[in-house]
Amino acid sequence: MAKHETPLLDQLESGPWPSFVSDMKQEADARAKNEKNIEYQVAQDNIEDLLGVLELSYNDCTTHWKHGGIVGVFGYGGGVIGRYCDQPEKFPGVAHFHTLRVNQPSGHFYTTDYLKKLCDLWEFRGSGMTNMHGSTGDIIFLGTTTPQLEEVFYEMTHKLDQDLGGSGSNLRTPSDCIGEARCEFACYDTQDLCTHLTMEYQDELHRPAFPYKFKFKFDGCPNCCVASIARADLSFIGTWRDEIQIDQEAVQAYVNGEIKPNGGAHAGRDWGPFDIQKEVIDLCPTGCMKYENGKLEINNKECTRCMHCINVMPRALRPGKDKGCSILAGAKAPILDGAQMSSMLVPFIKVNKENEYAEIKELIENIWDWWMEEGKNRERLGELMKRQGFQKLLEVTGLDPDPRMVQEPRHNPYIFWKEEEVPGGWDRDINEFRKHHQR
Amino acid sequence: MAFVSSGYNPDKPMEDRITDIGPRNYEEFYPPVIKKNKGKWLYHEILEPGVLVHVSESGDEVYTVRVGTGRIMSVTHIREICEIADKYCDGYVRWTTRNNVEFMTDSKDKLQPLLDDLKGRKFDGGSLKFPIGGTGAGITNIIHTQGWIHCHTPATDASGTVKATLDEVFEDFQNMRLPAHLRISMACCLNMCGAVHCSDIAILGYHRKPPMVDHAYIDKMCEIPLAIAACPTAAIKPKKVELEDGTTVNSVEVNQSRCMFCGNCYTMCPALPLADKEGDGLVLMVGGKVSNRISAPKFSKVVVAFIPNETPRWPTLTQTIKKIVEAYANDARKYERLGEWAERIGWERFFEKCDLEFTHHLIDDFRDPAYYTWRQTTNFKF
Repeated sequence: MAKHETPLLDQLESGPWPSFVSDMKQEADARAKNEKNIEYQVAQDNIEDLLGVLELSYNDCTTHWKHGGIVGVFGYGGGVIGRYCDQPEKFPGVAHFHTLRVNQPSGHFYTTDYLKKLCDLWEFRGSGMTNMHGSTGDIIFLGTTTPQLEEVFYEMTHKLDQDLGGSGSNLRTPSDCIGEARCEFACYDTQDLCTHLTMEYQDELHRPAFPYKFKFKFDGCPNCCVASIARADLSFIGTWRDEIQIDQEAVQAYVNGEIKPNGGAHAGRDWGPFDIQKEVIDLCPTGCMKYENGKLEINNKECTRCMHCINVMPRALRPGKDKGCSILAGAKAPILDGAQMSSMLVPFIKVNKENEYAEIKELIENIWDWWMEEGKNRERLGELMKRQGFQKLLEVTGLDPDPRMVQEPRHNPYIFWKEEEVPGGWDRDINEFRKHHQR
Repeated sequence: MAFVSSGYNPDKPMEDRITDIGPRNYEEFYPPVIKKNKGKWLYHEILEPGVLVHVSESGDEVYTVRVGTGRIMSVTHIREICEIADKYCDGYVRWTTRNNVEFMTDSKDKLQPLLDDLKGRKFDGGSLKFPIGGTGAGITNIIHTQGWIHCHTPATDASGTVKATLDEVFEDFQNMRLPAHLRISMACCLNMCGAVHCSDIAILGYHRKPPMVDHAYIDKMCEIPLAIAACPTAAIKPKKVELEDGTTVNSVEVNQSRCMFCGNCYTMCPALPLADKEGDGLVLMVGGKVSNRISAPKFSKVVVAFIPNETPRWPTLTQTIKKIVEAYANDARKYERLGEWAERIGWERFFEKCDLEFTHHLIDDFRDPAYYTWRQTTNFKF
């Protein structure tokens, strides 16, 4: 018998899509039965109360969670989000229900052995409910009490060799696409760069010293499967600067209908036979391709590497061999001054594992020095770029201006000339001027 | 239940303390076929919806079965995923960035038994535990935020709106009939921890009433200058207020006509709550994308200014999304993303084809970017 009636939530148990309500109920049942005789360290019926408080929200259409309080683990300023229910008498099992962010392995690959250990820990010391995964990429442990925070952290660090992720005005947990691990389009090793920078910047990740949050995301190619261009303060997007590799025989096989275009991605509808002219050549945004006499030609100098032709014919076309990444800066969601996407800062850089990404780290640290010096409280990098100008970003990073950085030149002539750029400087003598110009 | 110590000594927090060790290294978790062929993959093919094969230059193949999940997940459910991965995938499994689970195997022989097993697993309530799909020119899992289940600022629920929407468009999770892939994303307030602002369809929780001021407590709960500074439209100013008991307190006044309901003041100050049953609901935004394919990444645009919170299944929301998906499926050209289609036919035509009303709320009036969304040409369609 359920502790709270949940007639509204029960309606979310039907339909084909996996029901989170059914999953919560199965966990509530498992805790009630406790077949393994676990000495639960938080309320055994907390999921019953979680369902109860959610049902209340479904009735009154408002949340019943308060602002977080200051909770955390000793020496860290992030990784734990305090959470308290605003109806603690009705739902005592979730009166204190804090979240832990657990730094996911890059690429979200797991062994079941490791996952089972995480489950055992969280069943024992927490609610048994998780998010796989949070929006930023972390494994999220949903709901435990204050005294359990240090216990969970101690067990994770001592037994699972596992640390917390970021929250607050920190470096947030970096995340990446699947990359070279299982994708033929990847132009650099996203998992290695993601992990390397996560390890390099552990202090910045755990101890808030920034004006606000800061995110890194790593996309292996311009398809941008982790959406780095929309949601990372620094977006690392794989690209190349030489010729797309062409296998002309495979091109023929596509043209002759022997290979399904787009890796079979459009198989749910009859779009007619594959037409290379219509589907590839004519859709190329730069018009840099032609197909004549059974041969595909690409004028690579004009190509902007949008990936369309490669996506359509992955067995015939591959990114070039001189690979690296573009680095774009400043994406953020709408709060406060409107949404921003990242803007091109470094058109091309080699992703150099051998020197442990020294050039990339130098760039990151120069940007952080500027933002930590000049950024206002709760000002994201993109907002600082707007407030102080792209030129300032070039100045602090020591990068030379390049037309690849802009969509088009400025629309107004309000140029902030620097004194040293103007011959003779700005210090002039008004009396000398008046000798030639009467008042 | 008795307290069981992990070994941590609260009197000596630094004793044996381990910090800054970061995540587990990805190398530990690669299946052998991935470790061996990393960086050597030649091509992939979607064999059927939800089933992929990747082929390496070594000749090795890896078969992937992609299944949807509810994101909020119990340890019981994770253990069931582990049981399946132990049985068919040598104890390895991964998640995608859109909350799908991927079971990988290096042999085609193991594929069919795995698919059969996954298809047969259902929750007691009747829904599928592991729907197979989410590949190619269809709709994959909806990324989302916490909502009413665990957050203090939401204007709607996240898991519920997503479950209701995915039930409505479920056929397109298991089919690949759309002109291109279609990404739906959900964020339960303007803070957008889900960063949905570049999605084909974005479901966004939204407030419509200015904050109430808890005069008796604001000076005790908040730093008033921070609350004032948090307002992007300078709608909040300091004010002395006399309470019913005659005491005068430091508080604030909200210029309600300047409020754009972003909730940033509430983020900074719990004494300024906005949440309200009638005020809160959803905004629908469409036409964004993050891929650089053919056209540049795009922001999503607001096309429905308000949809009420119709718990538990949000029928107006799900039917509106269905309507947009069908209009797009019927009218767009192959490879055209939803936003590219809307731009080609013109937004005036988009509203007509999707049978959506155009109201004044949809014309941007927020600062400089607004001007760039107005029309500076005589070219439009009747």
